[in-house]
Amino acid sequence: MEALKNKAREWLDSRMVQLVIGYSQGSGDSVRAVFVHDPGQVETLLFDSRCRQNLAVYLLKPEVKKMGKAALVANLTTLRAVLQLAAENQIGEHDVLTLTVNPAGELLVLSTLEAIETYVAISAPDLSVEEKAELEKYEKLGMEERWQFWQEQFSRCLKCYACRAACPLCYCSRCTVECNQPQWIPVPAHDLGNLEWNVMRAMHLAGRCVNCGDCSRACPVNIPLYLLNQKLISDVFRNFNARSGMAAKAENTLSTFKPNDKEDFIR
Amino acid sequence: MSEFQPKIVAFVCNWCTYAGADLTGTSRMKYSPQVSIIRFPCTGRIDFMLLLKAFANGADGIIVSGCHPNDCHYTSGNFHARRRWILFRGLLDFMGIDTRRIEFSWISAAEGAKWAQLVNTTAENIRKLGPFANYEKLRHQGVS
Repeated sequence: MEALKNKAREWLDSRMVQLVIGYSQGSGDSVRAVFVHDPGQVETLLFDSRCRQNLAVYLLKPEVKKMGKAALVANLTTLRAVLQLAAENQIGEHDVLTLTVNPAGELLVLSTLEAIETYVAISAPDLSVEEKAELEKYEKLGMEERWQFWQEQFSRCLKCYACRAACPLCYCSRCTVECNQPQWIPVPAHDLGNLEWNVMRAMHLAGRCVNCGDCSRACPVNIPLYLLNQKLISDVFRNFNARSGMAAKAENTLSTFKPNDKEDFIR
Repeated sequence: MSEFQPKIVAFVCNWCTYAGADLTGTSRMKYSPQVSIIRFPCTGRIDFMLLLKAFANGADGIIVSGCHPNDCHYTSGNFHARRRWILFRGLLDFMGIDTRRIEFSWISAAEGAKWAQLVNTTAENIRKLGPFANYEKLRHQGVS
């Protein structure tokens, strides 16, 4: 990926950015995030199909912000996370430069939020066909089966909050989990607390999640958290015709409303 | 053994449903005593976590009620709440929690009779559903 390395070198050389957040070779066959400050280090950068981690998660970390202006090597969902962060006023127009590689393998420099908006329009309307099919499979189960399924999944939860740490949109400096007066989420990893934590995590991302799947990949016990996110993404799209991370000036689904929002359960 | 008496927690807004329930009382209408009313400034304040906490503390059923659309004291609290409920209800259902245990309603300050009817039908429905056994099992693992 010479074009990527050259661009990163050019930006670092010209001091346009102080930092390039990208991917490099990890141990074995894995890739890992890398923070490049020195133009001499750009050789470690790479981009291929293994680069799935959403690097936007680093943008708001105070220790990363301190490093100066960043360029981000981004895949499609990372770009959507950047737009969603902009929509939530977490980053501004000039805070980040992004580099991506399109499906044809060409390097694209997306230096404005508008350019990102144009590019992410290629993503699926809400969920892909496969994702919809999988979601439907679970929706079709009986209520008791669904309960058993999720209880079994959540019973493995360790409350390590890796799902939260991996998520670019879980950026609150003080999460409800840390609030202990009252204690919203019980500290020990028992079934009640695990259920409450997972409901809360999903609900706090409702209308915001960009479906990068990093929560599920970060989970050390493989809880399919993406299913919960995708359920909400599908409901948000169906009920409110809204998609997160598609525009830098979008309204947040749950902090807006339409007088004619449809429901059939309120008596 | 006596018949199962459900515990129902009602989350209501101060301006419409609470006043409506008050009217039920001052009108001397009788309704099911299984309901415990918790008054909130607005339905917009009724965080979904509060509903989970009600279940965690032993509620078998929940009523959530506030001003009719366009009647909110704060103009739009109920519209915001409605969006939240639409998503929350879908998520609970997906997780296998019986959403028939949560009754949503709009009741104005003038609808004392509707309040009585809502509580009665909810109590009847929950009685038929029985105790919330699934949640009961979780509950014993650690509610303070």
